[in-house]
Amino acid sequence: MNAQQGSASSAEIRPFHVEVPEAEVADMRRRIKATRLPEKEPVADFSQGVPFATIDKLTRYWGTEYNWRKAEAKLNAFPNFLTEIDGLDIHFVHARSKHKNALPVLVAHGWPGSVIEQLKIIEPLINPTAFGGTEADAFHVVVPDMPGYGYSGKPTATGWGPERIARAYAVLMKRLGYTRYVAQGGDWGAVVVDLMALQDNPDLIGIHTNMAGAVPPEIDKAAFGGAPPPADLSAEEKVAYDMLAFTYKNVQYAFYMASRPQTLYAIADSPVGLAAWLLDHDPRSLEMIARSFDGVPEGLTPDDVLDNCSYFWLTNTGVSSSRLYRENAISYFATKGVKIPTAISVFPDELYRVPRSWAEKAYPKLIHFNKLPKGGHFAAWEQPKFFTEELRAGFKSLRS
Amino acid sequence: MKAIAEQINSTPSAVRPFRVEVSEADLSDLRQRIKATRMPEKEPVADLSQGVPLSTIEKLRRYWANEYDWRKCEATLNAVPNFVTEIDGLDIHFIHVRSKHENALPIIVTHGWPYSVAALLKIIEPLTNPTAHGGTASDAFHVVMPSIPGYGFSGKPASTGWGPERIGRAWAVLMNRLSYTRYVAQGGDWGAIITDLMAAQAPPGLIGMHTNMPGVVPPEIDKLLWAGSPLPTGLSANEKLACDMLAVAYKKVHYAFYMASRPQTLYGIADSPVGLAAWMVDFPFGLDMMVRIIDGLPESLTRDDLLDNCTLYWLTNTGVSSSRLYRENTFNYFSPKGVNIPVAVSVFPDEIYQAPRSWAEKAYPKLIHYKRVAKGGHFAAWEQPTIFTEEVRAGFRPLRA
Repeated sequence: MNAQQGSASSAEIRPFHVEVPEAEVADMRRRIKATRLPEKEPVADFSQGVPFATIDKLTRYWGTEYNWRKAEAKLNAFPNFLTEIDGLDIHFVHARSKHKNALPVLVAHGWPGSVIEQLKIIEPLINPTAFGGTEADAFHVVVPDMPGYGYSGKPTATGWGPERIARAYAVLMKRLGYTRYVAQGGDWGAVVVDLMALQDNPDLIGIHTNMAGAVPPEIDKAAFGGAPPPADLSAEEKVAYDMLAFTYKNVQYAFYMASRPQTLYAIADSPVGLAAWLLDHDPRSLEMIARSFDGVPEGLTPDDVLDNCSYFWLTNTGVSSSRLYRENAISYFATKGVKIPTAISVFPDELYRVPRSWAEKAYPKLIHFNKLPKGGHFAAWEQPKFFTEELRAGFKSLRS
Repeated sequence: MKAIAEQINSTPSAVRPFRVEVSEADLSDLRQRIKATRMPEKEPVADLSQGVPLSTIEKLRRYWANEYDWRKCEATLNAVPNFVTEIDGLDIHFIHVRSKHENALPIIVTHGWPYSVAALLKIIEPLTNPTAHGGTASDAFHVVMPSIPGYGFSGKPASTGWGPERIGRAWAVLMNRLSYTRYVAQGGDWGAIITDLMAAQAPPGLIGMHTNMPGVVPPEIDKLLWAGSPLPTGLSANEKLACDMLAVAYKKVHYAFYMASRPQTLYGIADSPVGLAAWMVDFPFGLDMMVRIIDGLPESLTRDDLLDNCTLYWLTNTGVSSSRLYRENTFNYFSPKGVNIPVAVSVFPDEIYQAPRSWAEKAYPKLIHYKRVAKGGHFAAWEQPTIFTEEVRAGFRPLRA
């Protein structure tokens, strides 16, 4: 009786508006201004983490000039919704194209990302004729926050790994009435989208990934363990191997979050501590963000970065987002066995550059493979134009 | 020019008296921050598998903000003579307590992470004044307890290079400066590694060492353990037990790997006292004990013990600077360091691993004492000061003339 009522009401799609009380914004600002910093690092490079000078600049800008309301307005410029799936509220942005043959696409973010990371691509995807494309390039766009991220619910029990998220996303697309759609992802989103592709779901007709899970498992294992590269790699594969091995040496945050997410009380209590933790994702993106705070024009502006940090802070999701690392049981980069059509974009500053040879084996129905001249791990956020073009080109062959 | 250089060179070697005096403003800022702590949600598990439970941290926070009194710890610290002296370009803080017994053996005792001289205070009286603590005049020690660079009231290195080897060399300078020409050294955790390396350096005057975290794991076995590979056959029962404990330990030390990789990124523990305390309390070899302590159950440490130490880290803003030692280190924590001087070993049952005698004999060819004690863990001097004192007395007895 209650169950029926529960499931009937939970399937409801409720409009949602981001409205942070002024008291919370003021509290965030007060905390930022009161930040106690440690001493400067004893090195002149990034080898010990986010440099003091970067954090000092970030703290000053965030505490004085930064305006959260602009980010809020950007979020609310698109329709936001909540719906309960598998017992948990899922927050998502849903922007429909005016073009009736638009292809529905679900865009899955990763860590330390959120819907914020995907806002720049929504307009170009839904309204291609205003952004260098044709009507035939149009998408309906669905961007969910993962469980434990943003305004989605925080799981109160274990079990919300990438596989379950993938199933929830399929439920979401079905609930929105989409019976023929594609999915896109980077970082955790790439893992989720790979896993969506594995699940028996005839409605999902293809995927696009900007962090392909294409590494042969035995090579992934060798890179993880820091073994010397196998002798028979091509030059391109050797580069990928070296980047992968470098990545595995530089993601202690991932291993820590996979081990002790709850102990990260500091990032729930210190906005600047949270920001530093989020900025230090990988050396190349950290250096790019540091240049951005130094005033160098980069793919991400200080406002971009702080929109995302503020979003994590205001939703108190530093710890809850970390738990995904704990929930996960599979390799980030190894092949997952995807059989459906797949489009791949290779951004040069991604954690590793996927060689075509591996991509062809990992994704037997490879419909698109392109190496971009610029961009890194946060491709949609850093290079929205390239990214949009890639999505258009990648899925072109799936449009009837 | 020369005069200035001489002056610079001579002034630093002065041993300056030091008193711990934290301003009331710093204490009220700390209290205010503790009260204003924003917590994350409760962990989605009913055990300790995701880290320090929310309910434990809530209790810790309430006690820290409302009942805890730093001034008591400060008074205990100031009840013994504190000093600062510059060594190798850095101020080193240390406690120095001389025994009234003239034949006392000088000993330098080194702490580790995440603790400090505050965690070693309990053993000072029994070591310097044995006749009042179940010993005889011939058990007496003069006690020197330095704070590691980047820890407590010692200076924070402004450049790299202060690994455990350099600290070991600095300690020999310190003992020399205090005019000790025949002394011993003791350590646990980083202190054990520093003491091992100091012993390997064999500075004139260092006649022996005691460790409660021995570096004795055969390198080839250590390598297999790190890789999770199968172990050689023919291990004794005690060796097998040590391997099993280490295999578990190596899977749990992500905090160490993180600090070894990105110490600077830990801005959160410089800004959040509760975040710092959680980071420090989540010692994976005894978090269950930490939880019971914070629950107020009778354990060998009290809430005040834990918070004295956390508060010391907070007030000196050394969460990040202390982490850098993990980055500086290039030595394997538990492998032999090439010690050839006399060594006394105490094996506490709840240490990260129980060092077997067979390995200890190989790693320390001049093993003068080896004992498996009944009770205690990683923070031996803090948890079991009586047993610890007895071990240090017994361990060094053969070295007394």
